[in-house]
Amino acid sequence: MKIHEYQARELLRNAGIPVPPGQVIETIDDAAGAYRRASDAAGTGLVVVKAQVHAGGRGKAGFVKLVKSADEATEAARFMLTHRMISPQTGAEGLEVKKLLVAAGVEIAKEFYLAITTDRATRRNVLIASREGGVEIEKIAHERPDAILKEPLHPLMGLQEHQARRVAFDLGFAGKQVGQAVRVMLSLARLFLAKDCSLAEINPLVLTPPTREQPDGQVLAIDAKFNFDDNATFRHDDISAMFDPTEENPAEMRARRFGLSYIALDGAIGCLVNGAGLAMSTMDIVKLHGQEPANFLDVGGGASEEAVTEAFSIILSDRRVKGVLVNIFGGIMRCDVIAQGIINAATNFKNPDGSIGFKVPLVVRLEGTNVEAGRTLLKGARARIPTMHAATDLTDAAKKVCAAVA
Amino acid sequence: MGRGPMDDAGRAPRRPARGPPLPLGPMSILVNAETRVICQGITGAFGAQHTKGCLHYGTRLVGGVTPGKGGTKDPNNLPIFDTVDQAVRATQADATMIFVPPAFAADAILEAAAAEVKVICCITEGVPVQDMIKVRAVLDEMNNTAPPGEQITLIGPNCPGVITPGPKTGGGDSASNPYTSAGCKIGIMPGYIHTHVTQARLRKSVGIVSRSGTLTYEAVWQTSRLGLAQSTCVGIGGDPVRGLNHIDCLRLFQNDPHTDAILMIGEIGGSDEESAAEFVRQHVTKPVAAFIAGRTAPPGKRMGHAGAIISGGEGTADSKIKALQDAGATVAMSPADMGQAMMKAMKLA
Repeated sequence: MKIHEYQARELLRNAGIPVPPGQVIETIDDAAGAYRRASDAAGTGLVVVKAQVHAGGRGKAGFVKLVKSADEATEAARFMLTHRMISPQTGAEGLEVKKLLVAAGVEIAKEFYLAITTDRATRRNVLIASREGGVEIEKIAHERPDAILKEPLHPLMGLQEHQARRVAFDLGFAGKQVGQAVRVMLSLARLFLAKDCSLAEINPLVLTPPTREQPDGQVLAIDAKFNFDDNATFRHDDISAMFDPTEENPAEMRARRFGLSYIALDGAIGCLVNGAGLAMSTMDIVKLHGQEPANFLDVGGGASEEAVTEAFSIILSDRRVKGVLVNIFGGIMRCDVIAQGIINAATNFKNPDGSIGFKVPLVVRLEGTNVEAGRTLLKGARARIPTMHAATDLTDAAKKVCAAVA
Repeated sequence: MGRGPMDDAGRAPRRPARGPPLPLGPMSILVNAETRVICQGITGAFGAQHTKGCLHYGTRLVGGVTPGKGGTKDPNNLPIFDTVDQAVRATQADATMIFVPPAFAADAILEAAAAEVKVICCITEGVPVQDMIKVRAVLDEMNNTAPPGEQITLIGPNCPGVITPGPKTGGGDSASNPYTSAGCKIGIMPGYIHTHVTQARLRKSVGIVSRSGTLTYEAVWQTSRLGLAQSTCVGIGGDPVRGLNHIDCLRLFQNDPHTDAILMIGEIGGSDEESAAEFVRQHVTKPVAAFIAGRTAPPGKRMGHAGAIISGGEGTADSKIKALQDAGATVAMSPADMGQAMMKAMKLA
């Protein structure tokens, strides 16, 4: 689960990690007031307006703007709240922006990268830090791995102060900055563990230039990104409350309500499969036979007839779908039950134009528990579902569905 | 608790060995017809359903655990205990299958480990990653200090389980008419698709290790249809932090005299398959075939399994396939060809 930047700032502030003052607005009219407050707090006149969406690529899309007056802030807000944001991560249709963060601009002496995530190879949480903040860390990791510091967290003790101290010195902090940086790292580690994060990232972490009050400068978190383990949100009501359903793909949300795991893709072949591994493999075999999968869909182990019906309706609500491949290996799920689900769903299916019954080619491959009974049911229903084809095996199924849409 | 005095190392002494070692049972790793199994969460809907399924297959299920229901019996007349420790003392169980809800899974695994259950199979899906990091740290510590042969093996979580097939001797429709009298199924897989070597046309046994459930059934089905048997099939689960990895199973299969060849099924995400490929190159002399699911998965998207996410270029299907091919494994490009790839690696096709 992801959250917005303004929510991440809230978590950081509550954990004792300093962030520049700021405010969330939802209307263009609120921009001028928010600018004045942020500007007063910053004392620099510099304020940044940032669209609150989960997708990355905001800066290049023009949805992060440095502004120097209330008028500029209002203009930036007008643009962001009345245009859809399109970036490589949003897809062509883009995203509607509903909330903006108006935050004090900060003078920057140095930028750093700081994150904690889980390294599956070592089965440890790891603190990752770099002197090169503000840029894509993946790029640095790829091009200059030496520029990345890694410090494993003890599985039971978490991050130790001496580890944070070493990282702070290695990053080049000096004087009173060291203590500040250590506090940020320890707080971030505690937050990561307390809230079951899968990623807690501050990018950039900045050092401000020296001032009279703070001759060693101040260590501040400018932007932050948090991902949470979906399997653990049950024990974090505060995190669950931050969930923003409008940021999710509506079809994926709908699928989740029926216990289905669905991910929309770009191809023409809809896939309905039981089991995640088999579902991924089914996508692979579609591609191998010359077509692209339209989705990943795992109906799970005990999918009801209702869930199968819902799965069809989600798959077919994607207009690009030209054919559907059903691939079921009945284990716990009996093939006769799934066959009946397919028949009921296909015969009662309501098309967007109001007509009843399947129109696209439907190829069904069944194997496993009670397969004979399942096949007999499908054979008996062929007259009622004229677009349905039975497949003898997985290759046959892939060939048939690809041929049907070619 | 009645754990008795501590030894010099501060550990409770291990229970005396339970009789002389059993003669080698049916060909297998990890579990066999002698394995005595309990179910943690036996009174839950899922636990009850699969307890029945395992009994019908022929597994030696000897009891179950549900705190607060100790002293009662389940519908199959199996004794229910309040704690794993009680269950182990009363039944000499040496394996457990865990069906408790995800919030309690970590504790259930550690309870089984504390009771010295040798094979812990956690079927539960949705266990938080941070719980598993701690569980693995505790288990690793226990295993590092345990005498040789006393190690605890965790399978899963989020896995179909482990099965050592036995020859079909019955209908498999009730506990009194089990599918086999010499096999062991711990988990949710359909037992009847597996084949015992005495009933396989080619008289050869394949060890199967996989991160997926239904995809494993597909592989079992394909190998059975081609005339091969399975020695043992291990579903290691799709979670990022888990018990057994591919490498652990490869080592067990390589050392098992009754496993003729190995079929490994991986998927995108992590670097477990790459490490496994290196292990194959250095240590495995038996024929190896492999399949990697997720070649068409878009980067950064989570495909059902929490583990199946590619980040930063690491863990792509192509890098795994290449590593396995370089190590000499026969890699099936289509999921429909897993059995064929195994046959090819064994020079049977």
